[in-house]
Amino acid sequence: MNISPSHAFSVWRRNAVLYRRTWMWNILPNFFEPVFYLLSIGIGVGAYITQMGGMSYMEFLAPGLVCVAAMNGASFEVTYNFFVRLSYQKAYDAMLTTPIEPDDVLAGEVLWAITRACIYGGCFFAVIALVGLAPLPSALWVFPVIPLAGLLFAAIGIAFSLRISNIDLFSFYFTLFLTPLFLFSDVFFPLHERLSEGWLWVAEVLPLLHPVRLARAAFRGEASLILLWDLAYILAVTMLLLVWARRGIRKRLMN
Amino acid sequence: MIVEVSSVSKRFGLRLAVDDLSLEVPSGVCFGLLGPNGAGKTTTLRMIYGVTRPSSGTIRVFGIDIARDPRTVRSRLGVTLQQNVLIEALSPEENLRVFGRYHLLREPELSRRIGELIAFLELSSHATVPVKHLSGGFQRRLAIALSMMNRPELLILDEPTTGLDPAVRLALWSRIRELQAGGTTVLLTTHYMDEAQRLCDHVAIISGGKVIDEGKPSDLIVNHLARETVEFDCAPEEESAMLNGVSFPSHRLRVGRRLMIYLDDATLLINHIRHYDQGDRRALVVRPTNLEDVFLALTGTSLEGGQ
Repeated sequence: MNISPSHAFSVWRRNAVLYRRTWMWNILPNFFEPVFYLLSIGIGVGAYITQMGGMSYMEFLAPGLVCVAAMNGASFEVTYNFFVRLSYQKAYDAMLTTPIEPDDVLAGEVLWAITRACIYGGCFFAVIALVGLAPLPSALWVFPVIPLAGLLFAAIGIAFSLRISNIDLFSFYFTLFLTPLFLFSDVFFPLHERLSEGWLWVAEVLPLLHPVRLARAAFRGEASLILLWDLAYILAVTMLLLVWARRGIRKRLMN
Repeated sequence: MIVEVSSVSKRFGLRLAVDDLSLEVPSGVCFGLLGPNGAGKTTTLRMIYGVTRPSSGTIRVFGIDIARDPRTVRSRLGVTLQQNVLIEALSPEENLRVFGRYHLLREPELSRRIGELIAFLELSSHATVPVKHLSGGFQRRLAIALSMMNRPELLILDEPTTGLDPAVRLALWSRIRELQAGGTTVLLTTHYMDEAQRLCDHVAIISGGKVIDEGKPSDLIVNHLARETVEFDCAPEEESAMLNGVSFPSHRLRVGRRLMIYLDDATLLINHIRHYDQGDRRALVVRPTNLEDVFLALTGTSLEGGQ
């Protein structure tokens, strides 16, 4: 490992400077999105569902959607935006003329993706807390879960982005990977109730499932042993992918 | 020595981009790598600042092995890439600020340095306008300013004036000379022989990844060719008849229909050709021999885009 925290922070800072210039326009959709979800699925669909997982449908949806917001916040940053900085703007080639090393670039970008996940997830949480769907104070435990979800999807996205040569391939990433995760990761229905015993392990492979389970536990204020597995999954997959991404970014920037 | 490149080769797959190349850049000089596109100039520069690893050989910059401590080396040098890398949505001032932070500059030093560079490269008229609205020459000056944020002891410029209009080129040359006068060592690549000749104390001519000759521009010319050049159009089949009877020492080179003859005194040759043409006055150019001619003599190809 060859990370200099101050140099990694200067990479983070570059993105933050650009984001700050347009923060009004960037942050507004973050508020609208949860409102639309809650209106359509919560109030619309939820009207036909009296209970799910032992609570109202709106209450069931809320924690999962916070994780989805964090996932989306991180994912946009490490896919399209990262790829543009890497391949079109050549921002990292400029950084590498200074004492910044590829590991600093990676660390700075992951940190920035986590930041975006926190902004997205935080806005979402603020909205659902305002309408009374977040049982306080226990739901505040979701705050460590948001950056963890951001970290996991930053690692997945960046590992993918470093291996592709064409920006069009991101549509596959979104429609064939993130969308199914969104639909099948315990967000809209309790997955373990719909899967037969023999198939439960398949669900455990899905990355979004783990932050969602952590968030759900936070909202319920109930800890259980399986959460340790969720935490271990997130950290282990992140580590593995970042090790792979390290090799990838060196190969891309230092040929 | 500021830069010592010792027997460095770089292979990309089957292609040998740099072939057992050695260079020494002494302190305080303006050193030029002169060669056509694809000669291995940019790869050599990338190896010098440590973002491309040589396949073999070693490189020391400021006496430090670049493979061992690239951070320290890069904290003391600046690089202007061939392609400007600017943040288009930000102003020159903001670009400088972001870049200064890559070098961990902090206030008040950061603002002081930005002010100095805006003055030095004459960026003040548009210092707060988003970069995307600025002209090519302005953007190039900003790119050079960025590479100077850390007060580099060694400034590496990859084709600093390619694509710029003559006035901007002249202005940039004078800035580079000022820097050099202030003690900065400059290492630049170019495929413009006039740039190399006017700016560089020392030139290495590169072709096919090798240094084929190096020295002071004026020495290179004297060593390879005569002082004067007579240049004119003449079909290959006409050449021997026309120059029949020319007895004084001369050296000839041809690019297509264009014939160049190098000699110490052009007068005799001009008279000879005028006599041969019998009143039908052909357009002759008489000029001092330059590095382009040396390059042609050494490699058989011209600098800009091959034959």
